[in-house]
Amino acid sequence: MSVIPSTVARLPWRVMLLVGAIACFGVTVLYSAAGGSMTPWAMNQLIRFLLFTGMAVVISRVPVELFARMAFPAYGAVLGALVVVELIGGVAGGSQRWINLGFMQLQPSEFMKPVIVLAVARFYARLPVGETRRWTAIWPALVMIGVPWALVLIQPDLGTATMIAAGGVTVMFLAGLPLRLFVGSALAGAAIIPIAFSFLHEYQQKRVLIFMDPESDPLGAGYHISQSKIAIGSGGLWGKGFLQGTQSHLDYLPEGHTDFVFATMSEEWGLVGGVALIAAFMLLFQWGIRVSMRAQDRFSALIAAGLTTTVFFYVAINLMMVMGLAPVVGIPLPFMSYGGSSMLTVMLCIGIILAVDRDSRRGSGAGWR
Amino acid sequence: MKFPKLTPKNITQANLSQTFTRRAMVLGAIQGGIGVMLAARMGWISIAENEKYSLLAESNRVNLTLVPPRRGWIIDRHGRPIAKNRTDFRVDIIPDRLQDRERVVGTLAQLLSLAPEDVDRINEELDKAAGFQPVQVSDKLSYDQFAAISVRLPDLPGIAPAQGFSRDYPAGPSVGHLIGYVGVASAKDYEERKDPLLITPGFKIGKDGLERTFEAALNGKPGAKRVEVTARGKVVRELTTRPDTPGKTIQLTIDAGLQEYAGRRLGTQSGSVVVVDCRTGDLLAMASMPSFDPNSFSDGIGHMEWDMLSQDDHVPLRNKTLQGLYPPGSTVKPMVALSFLEAGLSPNETVHCGGAIRVGNGSFHCWRRGGHGAVNMHRGIEQSCDIYFYVMAQRLGMQVIADMARKLGLGQKFPLPYPSQSYGTVPDAAWKKKKYKEDWQVYDTVNATIGQGYMLVNPLQIAMMAARLASGKALMPNLLFGAKRPPAQPLGVSREHLEIIWAAMRDVVNGGGTGGGARLSVPDVLMAGKTGTAQVRRITMAERAGGVRSNASLAFKLRDHALFQGFAPAENPRYAIGTIIEHGGHVDIIQDAPRISGDVMSYLFDPKGAMERLLNYEKNWGGDPFVRQEKQMAAYRAAHGMAPPAPPADNAANSASEARPGAEDAPAAATQADDPPAAPNGNAQEAAE
Repeated sequence: MSVIPSTVARLPWRVMLLVGAIACFGVTVLYSAAGGSMTPWAMNQLIRFLLFTGMAVVISRVPVELFARMAFPAYGAVLGALVVVELIGGVAGGSQRWINLGFMQLQPSEFMKPVIVLAVARFYARLPVGETRRWTAIWPALVMIGVPWALVLIQPDLGTATMIAAGGVTVMFLAGLPLRLFVGSALAGAAIIPIAFSFLHEYQQKRVLIFMDPESDPLGAGYHISQSKIAIGSGGLWGKGFLQGTQSHLDYLPEGHTDFVFATMSEEWGLVGGVALIAAFMLLFQWGIRVSMRAQDRFSALIAAGLTTTVFFYVAINLMMVMGLAPVVGIPLPFMSYGGSSMLTVMLCIGIILAVDRDSRRGSGAGWR
Repeated sequence: MKFPKLTPKNITQANLSQTFTRRAMVLGAIQGGIGVMLAARMGWISIAENEKYSLLAESNRVNLTLVPPRRGWIIDRHGRPIAKNRTDFRVDIIPDRLQDRERVVGTLAQLLSLAPEDVDRINEELDKAAGFQPVQVSDKLSYDQFAAISVRLPDLPGIAPAQGFSRDYPAGPSVGHLIGYVGVASAKDYEERKDPLLITPGFKIGKDGLERTFEAALNGKPGAKRVEVTARGKVVRELTTRPDTPGKTIQLTIDAGLQEYAGRRLGTQSGSVVVVDCRTGDLLAMASMPSFDPNSFSDGIGHMEWDMLSQDDHVPLRNKTLQGLYPPGSTVKPMVALSFLEAGLSPNETVHCGGAIRVGNGSFHCWRRGGHGAVNMHRGIEQSCDIYFYVMAQRLGMQVIADMARKLGLGQKFPLPYPSQSYGTVPDAAWKKKKYKEDWQVYDTVNATIGQGYMLVNPLQIAMMAARLASGKALMPNLLFGAKRPPAQPLGVSREHLEIIWAAMRDVVNGGGTGGGARLSVPDVLMAGKTGTAQVRRITMAERAGGVRSNASLAFKLRDHALFQGFAPAENPRYAIGTIIEHGGHVDIIQDAPRISGDVMSYLFDPKGAMERLLNYEKNWGGDPFVRQEKQMAAYRAAHGMAPPAPPADNAANSASEARPGAEDAPAAATQADDPPAAPNGNAQEAAE
């Protein structure tokens, strides 16, 4: 103990090892996807991961109190950015999802995923206990979720919009709103789906339809899902071996290094690799939920569980998509898919959960503060 | 604003905390459940459906390319090739692999001495092309050019030299109608057979003639090449290769030398020569000229060449041997005389020929205005006296003549391996009743005895008639060497009668008869034969009064057909021949039917001498058929204001090959052509010779 500084020793090594293992596996898969080369993806991804891990460690040392105070201002800022994006998009025409800052392209909808969790959690943390089962506990949260959801949906980005709504609603659920509200809404939602479907863009409708029956259009819009299932299915139990995947190396699998990286992995590592990866994610989520249950106050508990669920949505939607259980909506797989902004978001979530964890370990006894 | 209470329960911080813990655990359970479900789903895809998806991955990865089989050869009775395969060397550019296009194309242009317009075409196609679809540079390289490019390959990225096969007919036009030609399969062919081989580049199928009939045998089995390809079609590596099985060789009874000689000997005429082996019925030559060149047809001809051929009045696109129908003219006289003998007529009975006789209301003339005087059967054949046959035919009736005509193969459809044959008419009372609902008239008989009127034959039938007369057997024509066939049955005609006819036919050529032109140039071998002239126009009374116009003064289409049938040696017949010169009109003695028949027959006994004579003739005709066709093409181009020949562009060739020939559009089955295109249906008031 004495050799290692106490600050280092107190870092949550177990969880960081888990995340590091997943990310290294991702780097390995990207190395194979590039035909056995660190460029153009694997090296970038590795550097990015180390950088964002550092960021997460820094965030973990920020007092949770600060997140609580920053929640509404951050929400306002991201919402403002979403409006700006929509305005620019209206001028430029077509679908616009980012603001060009010169040195980087900022995609505000990506930040809305954790921020909505913080904001809704902040709302319920400040809500007097007695108000929890009144209407005043519901409508402001619904507005907070509904506005960014609508803004993202019209971009149009069905995947992100769904995640924003799901993240917010999860916090509402955790906040203790009556269960029958959720059951009732779910039933109503099921009834509304056909109507909502007619409001989707044509290309979105097509994606949904083809998701129902990908073989109906194996060379057109169903191509992604068909090829992804071929990659996963042909991997079998043990996979074709490292660097031996044909679907990815011969370019049959589209987006094999981004959204469909799981198919690339499965082809070479088989069911064994897939189950191991899913298990690793599940361990991560278990940790997140446990942190939330140990949390010192209501806000900390809500954000730990909410952010965990946000990361979970990434994983679940992506895996369902590549296995043909959900339409292709463009949600990446955390730590595995090549790309900066999604990794930034996910590491932000992990960093905040770490902060909650740290806070509870230091904490002065149980109970709500 | 007052909100209704959602629940009457009193809420405390403690039970909120409890709720949270409960719900967080539910959430964790749901997440775990979904995780298990995802793992199960993955297990289902990768274990239960593994076989299906492995197969799909393989079919993605592996691309099966067919290697077109080499087509079987067609050889003659001595084993000489009539149709074979030529190795061709080609070079293409694969646009995706091309670097430094300007330099590569420049080097190619220099190595292959490409014309500037070729370079322009290549650049143009490269601009349009993308990916791995090759752009053709040239498909007719010499071996040296091919080697020169192959050696420089490392410096020429994107260049793909390749070796293939194309059909080669050494005798060119002389075998056009005999063999047919090959070509790229049409969309219709593919729809019918659904064979992926049909759309493999470089693969051709038989389009006409024997190439088409024996397609199944000649075709062979394709080889296959399995290659690993990327999604964009780029070949990564070859996996396995299975070689092709070449098609079967087909041996014909044709004598390739004789066939080519006959074709060339027809010279500038439009006509047909058929030579038959009198012992077996084997066809030794079956030439129809002029003809298309099957070499250029098989490469895909240009619109220009097609237009030129279809507008030619010598109808190079019709196989005259099997599809041309002509009045046989006086060539039937030996057959008619034989029918008289068999009906009991004495050969010594004479008829007085005064130049014309009256039949019914009309006057029928002998070809010789002054008449022949007293004519018996021998003289009737030798001098081709029409009056003798007019008189005797009236006495013995049409039925004996028609029966003998059929016995000798006229009007008969021979089972030859060609998609389409016309087999003419042997008229009699029953036929006329059925066809025209009219009674048979005496003048019909008179016309038929001299091979005019309703009677129509094709050149093959004339040759078969000669062969049956010469052998006394019901020979059947045969084209496949060594085919197992029942032996020919005797005709049931007395040998004595046949010898009377043979003697007369010998004197037609070697006595003072009408066929002196057919005398053989071979010592000790005599030809026996019979000439014929078939009129294609009606000579009016007015014209006859003023003197019948000579053929030389008539338009080509109005001239008489010239015919000859015969056999040699006269005493012991071995070969029989039938010749028709369309609208020959006996204008050019050297290119008349008897002289051509004599030379072709001579070739069988003395090829060298016959060939020497032919080469001399060809000097006056402007070269052999290849040279003449090229000159004709150049003249045609000049006449239509076109630049001198440029290599045809690929697509032009393809469209031409689809828009092509008559044979396919012609009635598929052999039809009895009762309405001949060029035969007079009225009375031929003046007869042949």
